Amino acid sequence: MGEAATTANPAAPGADAPASAAWRLLAVVPLAALIGFVSLLPAITAGETLSVGWAWVPGLDVRLSFYVDGLSLLFALLISGIGFFIFLYAGSYLGRHPRFGRFSIYLLAFMGSMLGLVLADNIITLFVFWELTTLTSYLLIGFDHTQAKARRNALQALLVTGIGGLALLAGLILMAIVGGSFELSQLIAQGDAIREHALHLPILILVLAGAFTKSAQFPFHFWLPNAMAAPTPVSAYLHSATMVKAGVYLLARMHPALGDSDWWTWTLLIAGAVTAVWASLLAIRQSDLKLMLAYTTLMALGTLVMFLGAENYYAIAAAVTFILVHSFYKAALFMVVGIIDHEAGTREIDRLGGLRGALPITFAAALAAAFSMAGFPPFLGFIGKELKYEGALAISEAPIFMTTAAVTANALMVAVALVVVIRPFLGTRPDLPKVPHEAPVAMWLGPVVLAACGIIFGVAPGAIGNALVDPTVEAILYSPQNIELKLWHGINLPLALSVVTVTLGAFFFVMRRRLIRWTGAWLDFVRITGDAAYDRAVAAMMAFAAWQTDLLQGGRQRIYLATTLITFIVLVGGTLIAFGGVAMPAAWPSAPLPVWGIAALIVAGALATTQMRSRIGALAAVGSAGTGVALLFLAFGAPDVAMTQFMIETLSVVIAALILPRLPAMAGRGHPGRHGRLRDAAIAVACGTVVTLLVIAVTAGPFDRSLTGFFEIASVPDAFGRNIVNVILVDFRAIDTFGEIAVVAIAGLASVALIRQTMTSRRDR
Amino acid sequence: MTAWTDAVSMEPVLAVVAGVLTAAAVYLMLSRNLVRFLFGLMLLSNAVNIVIFASGRLTLVAPPLIPGDAVAPAATVANALPQALILTAIVIGFGLLSFVMVLVWRAYVSLGTVDTDAMREAEPVEEDADPPPGDPASVPSPARGS
Amino acid sequence: MQSLILRTATRLVVALMLIFSLFLLWRGHNLPGGGFIGSLVAATAFALYSMADGPAAVRRALRIDPRLIAVIGLMTALIAGLWAALAGVPFLTGLWNKIPLGEGAELPLGTPLLFDIGVYLTVLGGVLSLLLALEESEVDDDRLD
Repeated sequence: MGEAATTANPAAPGADAPASAAWRLLAVVPLAALIGFVSLLPAITAGETLSVGWAWVPGLDVRLSFYVDGLSLLFALLISGIGFFIFLYAGSYLGRHPRFGRFSIYLLAFMGSMLGLVLADNIITLFVFWELTTLTSYLLIGFDHTQAKARRNALQALLVTGIGGLALLAGLILMAIVGGSFELSQLIAQGDAIREHALHLPILILVLAGAFTKSAQFPFHFWLPNAMAAPTPVSAYLHSATMVKAGVYLLARMHPALGDSDWWTWTLLIAGAVTAVWASLLAIRQSDLKLMLAYTTLMALGTLVMFLGAENYYAIAAAVTFILVHSFYKAALFMVVGIIDHEAGTREIDRLGGLRGALPITFAAALAAAFSMAGFPPFLGFIGKELKYEGALAISEAPIFMTTAAVTANALMVAVALVVVIRPFLGTRPDLPKVPHEAPVAMWLGPVVLAACGIIFGVAPGAIGNALVDPTVEAILYSPQNIELKLWHGINLPLALSVVTVTLGAFFFVMRRRLIRWTGAWLDFVRITGDAAYDRAVAAMMAFAAWQTDLLQGGRQRIYLATTLITFIVLVGGTLIAFGGVAMPAAWPSAPLPVWGIAALIVAGALATTQMRSRIGALAAVGSAGTGVALLFLAFGAPDVAMTQFMIETLSVVIAALILPRLPAMAGRGHPGRHGRLRDAAIAVACGTVVTLLVIAVTAGPFDRSLTGFFEIASVPDAFGRNIVNVILVDFRAIDTFGEIAVVAIAGLASVALIRQTMTSRRDR
Repeated sequence: MTAWTDAVSMEPVLAVVAGVLTAAAVYLMLSRNLVRFLFGLMLLSNAVNIVIFASGRLTLVAPPLIPGDAVAPAATVANALPQALILTAIVIGFGLLSFVMVLVWRAYVSLGTVDTDAMREAEPVEEDADPPPGDPASVPSPARGS
Repeated sequence: MQSLILRTATRLVVALMLIFSLFLLWRGHNLPGGGFIGSLVAATAFALYSMADGPAAVRRALRIDPRLIAVIGLMTALIAGLWAALAGVPFLTGLWNKIPLGEGAELPLGTPLLFDIGVYLTVLGGVLSLLLALEESEVDDDRLD
């Protein structure tokens, strides 16, 4: 996957086109949002929740409603805060790109969707924003649309997360049915009812399908590294704090409603642990810095999912703290990698080195971010790691397994952190594709501030502990919580595990090349590639589509018609059978002799039409059938209809007598194929049989004459008419008639146009 | 004349008539010859009208007219609603049929044939030039035509 | 090649049919008939006339383009509907005005009749415009097998 190193060619920072300057001003939007969300912080810290909403589709209980508690505010702050720095960064990184305006709009749309997603209260609102993040991320990943790889990977992300989104919708609707509300704030209060319901497992599976695809959990992990085809600002934003965390947000949000069941716990623990260890092994194997970070993102997501599977306070607090820690350092490191790529012209670690002199500020930011990632004190990452170990040890289901997974993954993170900071910046500088200079302030400001957050909150963890972590944990566990985040917990088991982690991480760093060889052999043996399965699935789907198109739309009109007719036979005939068949009349129909005569005339005319070889013969046959139909109307008390039918028969013959001589004679019956006549006759007989059975079934049932009765009673008093048929036509149902005469007028005028045009074209020949 | 009004179960007769009309119409419409298709279309609208008519129940009684000295029909009269529906359907069916006849003539003047299998202007038999969406390398191109 | 007798007889029949078609239109609200049937009878009459004297004679007799008749018909039906809308009741609601004829009899005139006239003109215009255009496009090699 090393070839992902080719992304958009970032234009050199510095002088900008004037148009892009205006687009850069969009950075004030996330800044304003950030300030707005910070202003909500005191209320949320005090334990309040805020909600606002408007009716959207009242008939379906769909409301455009939003809900702010600790959990949604945590995400909203991260989305808007990191979004601000990403906008600044992108202005320099892509500012001179000809489509920078479009990029800014995509990014803004994505940010709005993401905020809507985490703030939504109504589940349909949640789903709409969920899919909007999928769509906007598709546009962002495929931004470099001239490259087939970017297009393919964008489509992959769209399909995988989009299909998961549909599963999520089904799960949410089932949940609303069980819980009796479409508002999340109501549903999460009904955890016990939902857990005990028979639909609990289907709901869980569907919701987890949505969350696991979005957050790239094993076995849906493959799309996320591929999504690195996106420009670096996109990766820094989508794949650190936002898009991929949407699944984590969902799991956290659903924790009160769906958690605390064996299925939930074990699925999350195992999927999370497998993803975390698997991804961290893959991370250490990468030589492209960006891909390396992509896999560490997978590891982080796995860890978060794993801890959200637990019930104990420490595990949840670890997850919440780690969401913060990871967002800070991962966004910073992605931006650092973008700067390295920008300044040195490559992201391959084997070609990089000694950049600390040329990029001192970037180096400082990278160092701080990497130390937070590695979990060294006094960084916030250290606190997060200590909480993780406490949480893992407290998972009563499998403390040893969880702790081992956490330690292994974290040790590999330490190794990756060392690689990221040591390989590009330390040592001697090799020949680079470009001469590096320190990046402009707009580019390094984000990494510096975010990395600084890692230190500041590490030294003074109480500031976020009470304000943000507590309300979030309360929202996830749905009960009041209070704990102090502390840097120093005394000498205990988690601290010992930290020492083991760092030692092991340093060992992995030193042994990196050998580790790559060992794991390479093992990975070849295991060969679990979701990517290949995805390709096979897409290829199979396309082949099926081609086969089906070929079958149904081969370009032959009679095949289209046959398809339609067979569908009619199957659906109507099938319905008749499914509803218990047709009750055949008990006695032979007792119609008077003239009716039998008329029926025989129609049947004879219809059958003769099919056998006629000459046009005039067929016209005569079809005319006698039509006349028979008119007589039938007359016999059964419909003189108006009969007169209309007579006149239409006459006019049809006049028109046909004008057209038919201009067409060639009917040579052959035109049913090609070896048994063509037999096949078409079979379809015809089947259609006729279905129609006959349908009429028998309909007329055998009870008859509701109330509508006719109304017309009979109201015709004279209300409409002053004694011919009920005419009164219906020109008064009761006049608007229908108006539409119908409009159709007749249009058919006439269109025919005239067609005739005139045909004459012109024939004269031109 | 009592036989006219005593008849109670005549719907099956019309059901069979409608079925035969449908079968004949469908058989003609499945022909590749557009002239036969036209005759099929004429029969089909008759079939559909009979289906609607029979669904409104059959009575060999008076037409739905109200005598001059009454405000409502004195005895049972034929069902007026399907009659109103069929009346307009007949006229519209005629409009459609006329237009289709002119269209067939137009097609014959332009294409020189009334064989629908030979009318492939919109969907030519040739292999489709556009590759399917998605990765062209990983997807077999669909075989069009035969 | 038409005989004088046929042409004279045709004209008589056509005139009778046209009168009958107007009669059908008028009585349609109370007895079998109405705009649809009336217009089809009239169209058949003109088709007959056209067979006897040719489409040009029909156009002369009509004085206005049949397409315009169709449009006028649609407009008439629309006005019948809008009348109700202007009166503050839903579009196409029937409005009635009883004209006393003395001796207790009265003649109800209402927008449904206007609407039926619209139906008559629209269907007549639509069918005739098609029929005449088709006849005028007739070519020498027309022959039924």
